[in-house]
Amino acid sequence: MTDATGPIVAADGRPLKASLSRALRREKLRAFLLILPLLAFVVISFIAPIFDMLFRSVQDDITSRTLPQTVVALNDWDYTGDARPSEQTYEALYFDMFMAAEAKKHTALGSRLNYETTGISSLFRQTGRGLDDVGEDVIEAMEDASAALDDSAFWAGLFLTDDRSAGDKAASARAWASTVSDQALSLPADVYLANAAEAALPNAARQYAAFAMFTHTVDEDVPAEEDPWEAVWIALAQDLTAGELAYDGPEAAELRAVQAAVAGPMADFTFTDAFLAQDDDWGEASVWGTIQTFSSPYTAGYFLTAIDLELTPDGAQAVEDDVAIYITLFWRTLWMSMTITFSCILLGYPIAWLMANLPDRSANLIMILVLLPFWTSLLVRTSAWKVLLQQQGVINDTLVWIGLVGDGSRLALINNATGTIIAMTHILLPFMILPLYSVMKGIPPSYLRAAKSLGATNWTAFWRVYFPQSVPGIGAGSILVFILSIGYYITPEIVGGTKGVFISNRIAYHISSSLNWGLAAALGTILLVVVLALYWAYDRIVGIDNVKLGG
Amino acid sequence: MGLPPYATTGQRIWYYSFRVICGLILFFLIAPIITIIPLSFNAQDFFTFTPEMLRLDPAGYSLKHYRAFFGTEGSPGTGLIVGALLGLAVFAALYFWRGSRNVLPIIVGAALGLVIGKMWGIEGTEWMTPLKNSLKIAPVATLISVSLGTLAAIGLSQAHVPFRRAIMAILISPMIVPLIISAAGMYFFYSRIGLQGTYWGVVLSHAALGVPFVIITVTATLVGFDKSLTRAAANLGANPVTTFFRVQMPLILPGVISGGLFAFITSFDEVVVVLFVGSVGQQTLPWQMFTGLREQISPTILAAATVLISISVVLLVTLELLRRRSERLRGMTPG
Repeated sequence: MTDATGPIVAADGRPLKASLSRALRREKLRAFLLILPLLAFVVISFIAPIFDMLFRSVQDDITSRTLPQTVVALNDWDYTGDARPSEQTYEALYFDMFMAAEAKKHTALGSRLNYETTGISSLFRQTGRGLDDVGEDVIEAMEDASAALDDSAFWAGLFLTDDRSAGDKAASARAWASTVSDQALSLPADVYLANAAEAALPNAARQYAAFAMFTHTVDEDVPAEEDPWEAVWIALAQDLTAGELAYDGPEAAELRAVQAAVAGPMADFTFTDAFLAQDDDWGEASVWGTIQTFSSPYTAGYFLTAIDLELTPDGAQAVEDDVAIYITLFWRTLWMSMTITFSCILLGYPIAWLMANLPDRSANLIMILVLLPFWTSLLVRTSAWKVLLQQQGVINDTLVWIGLVGDGSRLALINNATGTIIAMTHILLPFMILPLYSVMKGIPPSYLRAAKSLGATNWTAFWRVYFPQSVPGIGAGSILVFILSIGYYITPEIVGGTKGVFISNRIAYHISSSLNWGLAAALGTILLVVVLALYWAYDRIVGIDNVKLGG
Repeated sequence: MGLPPYATTGQRIWYYSFRVICGLILFFLIAPIITIIPLSFNAQDFFTFTPEMLRLDPAGYSLKHYRAFFGTEGSPGTGLIVGALLGLAVFAALYFWRGSRNVLPIIVGAALGLVIGKMWGIEGTEWMTPLKNSLKIAPVATLISVSLGTLAAIGLSQAHVPFRRAIMAILISPMIVPLIISAAGMYFFYSRIGLQGTYWGVVLSHAALGVPFVIITVTATLVGFDKSLTRAAANLGANPVTTFFRVQMPLILPGVISGGLFAFITSFDEVVVVLFVGSVGQQTLPWQMFTGLREQISPTILAAATVLISISVVLLVTLELLRRRSERLRGMTPG
């Protein structure tokens, strides 16, 4: 006997406990390393896209990106029904819109806001075209006062310098212009915003910097050789009328001449009037209310739309009945999936029972008949139904031939809910039969015989003894069929017409046709939550490890 | 379950009517698929049986839809000969090296040669180009899901795996999440990272969709795998890599192959994701069928469907043979 009080040691002299836990740790690590490549692959190629979709359903930064200054200026405005926003707001809108129109981003914003308030899309498009005419009188007066302004080199000389010591005065203009145009803009190498001009003419310098960056980065032209945008002219006129000109560079004389000429036209000019002249709608509180409501980078708006509500400046409200379609569509998806599930139980139960109670050889034959459709391409089965269910198709022809229906009153079996239910029941039936069969195979036939020998009738023996034991199979099959059917897209799209389509068809429509991706993502998120809840239930009842694929 | 001799009339009626009901249900399952096959030989451009067909008049039948499906491009004959000769070379090499009389290399070589020869250099044909795209996408996607999936399944079947349930849930999720949602998410995300509309975008998405099938079939096979065999191999001096390829892999191969077949058919059949993630350059056969069904339905679809049905039958038979082999192998191992 060795010393019984010491720890038990392994062959290498370490304590056995430490040695074992080390081996266990190593084993865990090895298992994890084997799993890691696939886990990383699935996370990147599948989980990340799903999260991207979830993110898109609440992300809505297009307003705050395209009209950043307007959104800030609107903060002080209170949507009360009729009060117009301040002149500063219209001013901010002018410069934001001008930049956005140059970068061709204003139409995208218009389409986005048009989902909420009809008419904004055309308002934005039209205003984008008319922006060049804003302050025409001011610009003409400036041109008359000094011919130098028509020379693009004059502007470049005024605002740009190659003097490094000027520092990065263009940072705020760059941030603004890059946000609006949705790309990284920059001035050419070794060109800086001139210090003196920036101090004396802040608005014009900012606008000119934005113009120069856009010309350099997007148009790939030399800014000094291009005529500046009208927005730069207007900004210069603003600066010149703001007060005494504190600028003594070589261009000072020209600027003073312009300053004298521009005072008159500028006194008559306001941004508010300019926008109202473009379109009366710019005076509507509803348009500004919409911009304000959707100015936050995150929104619940898509989710509200997905349940037939809309986000208005007054809060969430129900949409009018004639455009409320989503709740109807969700209900239709649910009840049609339930009908399909129920039909599958009805048709699958007898087959599973037959298979479980026949001798192996015949059961195998039936199994092949069940597995053949299971293995046949979904498109093949859908095209089969499309062909068979037509008005002039085989089924109607046969019914007419038998005499069940007259030639004139052929049944409408396709492009409606009937078509979808028939075709999808057929497609999903194997998913009901297979789990039912595996459960029924485990019910000993002796139970039924025992019940009968104790005096039960066939029906009682089945209903009181056999059926309760087969319920887990019904549960497993039903959840499986239900999960599969509420997300179906292809079959309803082809045989469903307009009355037999599911929510997934609407999602596809919003992705590829209406391009309302946020709404598609919100609808997808709701569907995903329903499916995951069912999946969780399935995992609880059946266990995901027990999923069997075709025997 | 036979009918006992003492059964009452009611029981007899029930017994036979139950059989009839089951027969009708099985008819419902099979008939649509079977009906497609004769319809695809229709000499007319109709989707129903013409009087000539019902009279079994040879004039009512023709192969015109198959001609339209396969076209005349490509050189299947040359491919067949080259493939068969290469297969013969492999067969001869195996015969002289190991004395194997397995003629599988010749058959496989000829079949592959036929398909590759037919697809070689074709472009812009209505049906063969989509089929070619499908055949370019599915095997690569299958390879990715099978290789990564088998490794992970082996890892998952170890005794102590941290977060096993969570990992399993993530790996199975592509099968559970509705395809339209996967397609939407992948469309958004892949456009962000520049994979939308590319070949690799479609391959990666299909590989992800095939992963759950590989995981499920291979872990199921590994449940019956006798761990003492790998321990015995290690005990006899084999390193882990040798143990894997010489002992474990041959035994779980049937499971791996059937997982691979599932992954292949998933990719080969898939249309929703490829509709969104792919562009015209990746138009697959199911996509072409879907477009055909939605827009102007042409009877060539029936020929395409019949070809796909034949492929499924071949796959089904292969799987059944694999399952039997797997059961036989499992029967040989103790335990």
